[in-house]
Amino acid sequence: MSQSPACPRIGVYVCHCGMNIAKQVAVEAVTEFAARLPGVAVARHYKFMCSDPGQELIQQDIKESGLERVVVASCSPLLHEATFRKACAAGGLNPFCFQMANIREQVAWVTADKGRATSKAKALIAAAVERVSRAQPLERKRLAVGDKVVIVGGGIAGIHAALTIADAGKKVYLVEREPTIGGHMAKFDKTFPTLDCAACILTPKMSSVKNHPNIELMSYSEVEKVEGFAGNFKITIQKKPRYVHEELCVGCGECVDACVFPKAKFPSEFDEGLALRKPVYMPFPQATPAVVVIDPNTCLQLTKGKCKQKCVEACQRGAIDLKQEPEQVEVEAAAVIVATGFKTFDPRGLPQYGYGRYGNVYTSLEVERMVNASGPTGGEVVLKDGAKPRSVAIIHCVGSRDKKTHPWCSRVCCMYSLKLAHLVKERSGADVFSFYIDMRTPGKGYEEFYDRLLEEGVHFIRGRVSHITDWAMTKAEEGKLVVSAEDSLIGVTRRIPVDMVILSVGLEPQPDAQEVRKKFNISCSQEGWFLERHPKLAPVATFTDGVWIAGACQGPKDIPDTVAQAGAAASEALALIDKGYVEIEPNTAEVDPEACSGCKTCLGMCPYHAIRRDEEKGVAVVNEALCKGCGTCVAACPSGAISQHMFTDDEIYQELEGILSYV
Amino acid sequence: MSEQVPVGQPPDWEPRIVAFFCNWCTYTASDLAGVSRMTYAPNTRVIRVMCSGRIDPQFVLMALRQGADGVLIGGCHPGDCHYQEGNYKCLRRFAMLKHYLAAMGIDDPRVRLEWIAASEGDKVQRVTNDMVQRIKQLGPLKLEPVCQPGCRAMAGDQPSVGNRAVAADI
Repeated sequence: MSQSPACPRIGVYVCHCGMNIAKQVAVEAVTEFAARLPGVAVARHYKFMCSDPGQELIQQDIKESGLERVVVASCSPLLHEATFRKACAAGGLNPFCFQMANIREQVAWVTADKGRATSKAKALIAAAVERVSRAQPLERKRLAVGDKVVIVGGGIAGIHAALTIADAGKKVYLVEREPTIGGHMAKFDKTFPTLDCAACILTPKMSSVKNHPNIELMSYSEVEKVEGFAGNFKITIQKKPRYVHEELCVGCGECVDACVFPKAKFPSEFDEGLALRKPVYMPFPQATPAVVVIDPNTCLQLTKGKCKQKCVEACQRGAIDLKQEPEQVEVEAAAVIVATGFKTFDPRGLPQYGYGRYGNVYTSLEVERMVNASGPTGGEVVLKDGAKPRSVAIIHCVGSRDKKTHPWCSRVCCMYSLKLAHLVKERSGADVFSFYIDMRTPGKGYEEFYDRLLEEGVHFIRGRVSHITDWAMTKAEEGKLVVSAEDSLIGVTRRIPVDMVILSVGLEPQPDAQEVRKKFNISCSQEGWFLERHPKLAPVATFTDGVWIAGACQGPKDIPDTVAQAGAAASEALALIDKGYVEIEPNTAEVDPEACSGCKTCLGMCPYHAIRRDEEKGVAVVNEALCKGCGTCVAACPSGAISQHMFTDDEIYQELEGILSYV
Repeated sequence: MSEQVPVGQPPDWEPRIVAFFCNWCTYTASDLAGVSRMTYAPNTRVIRVMCSGRIDPQFVLMALRQGADGVLIGGCHPGDCHYQEGNYKCLRRFAMLKHYLAAMGIDDPRVRLEWIAASEGDKVQRVTNDMVQRIKQLGPLKLEPVCQPGCRAMAGDQPSVGNRAVAADI
């Protein structure tokens, strides 16, 4: 192997990661191999390189052995690159004179054969050693950040995050696509396991949002476009026309009474279709903002262009404007929190449960409205004919834990089913049969709540329901819905006639999660939930700096967990703002003006318009602040005049050589 | 292994495959495969780049010349690129490269482009295993060495203008 005399002194550190790496990779042999590689002055292996003693090992060797480059062979750079760069810096070495070899995620954990795992680890370490010999010391550039935050989604997650940030004195734009904030939580009557009233704990927060001087509430609006980067986003928001001037409307409801439809005629979205509303309506009494909205799909003037427009006459404040157009607003933000929530599973996909076919089969969300004191039935549990049910079945895991629908556990259904069992029993005195697969009540006070329900006399039957039918086989079943399930605790099939069935529907990603994720340049898991940067250590961060996620858009979760995430996302956004700057990874492109022919090929390659042609000198120039470091222009330059720091051609060729020359 | 070993090939021969994975999707996916303990053939050796748009077709040629039996390129799915459209640039260069490789007599399965999202750890496993199996059927690439390993005449120091011009036009 040829070795230039100027080859820097390299230190190689092979991590055991406890037994994670050492079990599959012969770390001693790998270290001996590394010690013989060109330029390697020190080669060591250690149990946990990321631990303090591991990092001190590096710092000490930099000082005592005069290391000029460092290679750590351990886990993925996406996990600990920052850790070891800091260790290098602490030892007095430029943090970019460092390279990681990923021998855990990409070797030890994925290779069955120990010998071959060891060989692969050697090849990757050789590649890192070769590459790091060409690494150049670099400096991170700092850019100032703004102090505003955009929060997308006005459910409990968005509300909590908005209040946290606003209380810290920062401006928040809270964007909600529905006419009111509140999300799913506003629809509930009680929350488990404490049975405190959802409205009592939520609505004060909703009005705080409305009244907070630092929060600009943008309801009935959607994010259209996101440009920029962490600290300096430019976000275009579209305000949908609600045909009412928000600042003029006081929510008195005169227009609703005046509407030419004498009676409410259209299903209310907020009441899950159990109640009716007019084309001009307030979603619910505590709606925030307390402003009416006109539905363009049912309003006569907006659909047919012909109406007496009584609502316009009725409004003394002149708030109604049936000619309102969508409006685009552009705001600047340092950080974005995406808290767009979830959707419940549509049980029409499981025809055996008869939803939509039998009137008295309800989804859990419909029953949540029904038991709500301000809901369509005033809190009474009633059948379609208005009678009180004498027996009710609750079926868990509808659209959850089922390969035919969704494989995941929706986490909240067992608990809300228990809550509904309690409420239904309390309101109607009915016998409640709860069909479950496994009772999952992990949480503070949750198991105790289950115990309480057991004492209250709810009948728990362990078994997945096979079907629901109105076909009676006995006298007792006549006029009833018959729920069939195998009771797997006693090993018999049971048919239980009931008056009402509640399907505990699971949680699934919002139908437009894919579009939203593309707007914010974040990823989704295979199921469609937004992907966190790390499942344990970065649960609210995303792979895009400056964008955080919170609540059920990241995966099914209950209110306490959602609020905890919202707080976490808010504090991380605040941390970015309070720091005052972002450090740009110095992997930007640079043009060598001597080699550039000024052909402009690179200009069209750059999606960020970071390259311009200096007309005077006739060469391309990269604006470092705009360059994101993708390297597309580098690969395109016909003169080889552009290089990408940290990913120069030289470094990659050297890595290639290392990867193939030794093992 | 069920595949047939071509005549003259040592039975224990294992292909070496260089993989260029983009940082945001495919590299993350291969980390996920690790975290999920999905074992797969250890023949690939990954070089991380920030974007598949960074992958110069010359990297692929250089890998083959240095002794790789195959090259796998992994990027984000169309529309998912962290840098908006780097993967499209990669795709265009890849199409050009495939023509060139065909003209050079390099078998089609040896150089492969796959879109693998950050959540598709299983796809890393599947694609790697499949590619190893296909290249095993083809046997070693056996390119005539132009110069000894370590000689860098063909590499980035002095790029040959002809190839680079082709790369830029697409």
